[in-house]
Amino acid sequence: MDFDSILRAIFNFENYGELLVLVQNSIWAGALLGLLGGLMGTFVMKRDLAFAVHGISELSFAGAAFALLIGADIVFGSLIGSVLAALLLGVMGVRARDKNSIIGVIMPFGLGLGILFLSLYEGRASNKFGLLTGQIVSVDTVQLQVLATAAVVVMIALVAIWRPLTFASVDPEVAEARGVPVRTLGIGFMVLLGISVALSIQVVGALLVLALLITPAAAALRVTSSPRLVVTLSVAFAVTATVGGIMLALGGRIPISPYVTTLSFLIYVVCRIIGGVRAGRGLNGRVLPAEAGAA
Amino acid sequence: MKPVVSLRGATLKFGKRTLWEDLDLDINPGEFFAVLGPNGSGKTTFLKVLLGLQELHSGSARLGGRPVERGSNLIGYIPQQKSFAPDTPLRARDLVGLGVDGHRWGLRLGAAKANRRIDELLDLVGAAEYAKVPVGQLSGGEQQRLRVAQSLAADPQVLLCDEPLLSLDLQHQQAVSALINKQCRSQDSAVVFVTHEINPIIDYVDRVLYLAGGRFRVGKPSEVMTTEVLSGLYGSRVEVIHANGRMIVVGLPEAATHHHEDAHSVAGELG
Repeated sequence: MDFDSILRAIFNFENYGELLVLVQNSIWAGALLGLLGGLMGTFVMKRDLAFAVHGISELSFAGAAFALLIGADIVFGSLIGSVLAALLLGVMGVRARDKNSIIGVIMPFGLGLGILFLSLYEGRASNKFGLLTGQIVSVDTVQLQVLATAAVVVMIALVAIWRPLTFASVDPEVAEARGVPVRTLGIGFMVLLGISVALSIQVVGALLVLALLITPAAAALRVTSSPRLVVTLSVAFAVTATVGGIMLALGGRIPISPYVTTLSFLIYVVCRIIGGVRAGRGLNGRVLPAEAGAA
Repeated sequence: MKPVVSLRGATLKFGKRTLWEDLDLDINPGEFFAVLGPNGSGKTTFLKVLLGLQELHSGSARLGGRPVERGSNLIGYIPQQKSFAPDTPLRARDLVGLGVDGHRWGLRLGAAKANRRIDELLDLVGAAEYAKVPVGQLSGGEQQRLRVAQSLAADPQVLLCDEPLLSLDLQHQQAVSALINKQCRSQDSAVVFVTHEINPIIDYVDRVLYLAGGRFRVGKPSEVMTTEVLSGLYGSRVEVIHANGRMIVVGLPEAATHHHEDAHSVAGELG
């Protein structure tokens, strides 16, 4: 395969207009899941759950593989796997150290189960691959509607607990003293996270969920500490990555996940550079005496 | 004057270990009340009882005439200084904002009103200059000023302070305790101040509760902080030395300085 044909496999914009109409649904779903990933990601970072997301996604993969094997609905299977894993972590891993070791134990187990189920499965190989690397373009309208509905429900729930969850995430002792149900919110958040992971897997696959649930929020945190701006940027980054990824992937014959993860990664790199330059100049919002006098 | 905090026959036990037994206590509005004792004597648990986070083994605890409950609006809480991760998405004003409406459901609507309140609170503790600095980049003293502002958001009648001066340098200890005292005197809030070092607040304290060895004593500092009383509590010879208006407790038993539940231990600095 020469360079030219590799390039054409990756980027191909022939008949782009017609293709775009065909995948309209996928783009909408991608945007919605980007929105969800951007919102959830800010809490994942605040609660230091990046590793947990990875662990949950492996069990979600096992659930999906099992569903594939027995001919059940894959989205449903991955949902069951990830919500179970998330609940387990929410209930057992109260302290960060516990949590990390529990994840370290669960993760290979889930991945192993997934591989077992996939080996037993005798259907199309691309189905197997899709679980790990994403498959949104092949998702049909009914499934897209299910995805979209679930994403909207999770977002509504997240907005409902937004303030106390923020309080409990960044300042748990004082939140508890103030009467915020810290533990219950933590477990509730894990359920929402489990659902979000299962949904994100449909776009980028089990291996690359971090690109949707972590990278955008992590990038936003490099450039601002304003809670509102972090959320806005995180959502903007995630939507750019998913929608941009789907649109770039249209003509080529490669799954969309490399496009999504690469966009996500580039955004992070740019944010890191901006953040580094700003920190180097010592800009952190402090009003210096001279400025205060002038103002 | 009606007491704002009221304990009757309050007893706290963990298994066979008794932290304190049959404690009767009234704390009045505008009173600066210190809770002293070695680590593991139940100082922090005392605050948890008032916060409604710890049930008494027996007896009753009332706040503002009603049984204690979680999330009471009568209470402002000031925790120990802790370090925030550098990338915590929270600026100084957002930390104070959590005290204003962080416990409510949903999103903040009517940001203008909340922002006005936050500005007021920041001015009150002299933190306006660093209002927009990320909390991860603030010094311990600056953080504790913000904690005072945060705790005052709901105009509390009782300020519960859990070692708020720990790990601050002397200058910031003075500044933060002066702020807390100001609230106590000008707004008539009761202050319950848990500490194992009485000296930074010695000028403000009206009464102390000294917990040690499963026993306790309540009274004015001059009555409680004596060689006789403390020796009685610890069950061994302990000497209180007065020097330049400071009090130094000498000869604390090993067990009292090193046996503890709390993560912090500053050996030999027990008030």
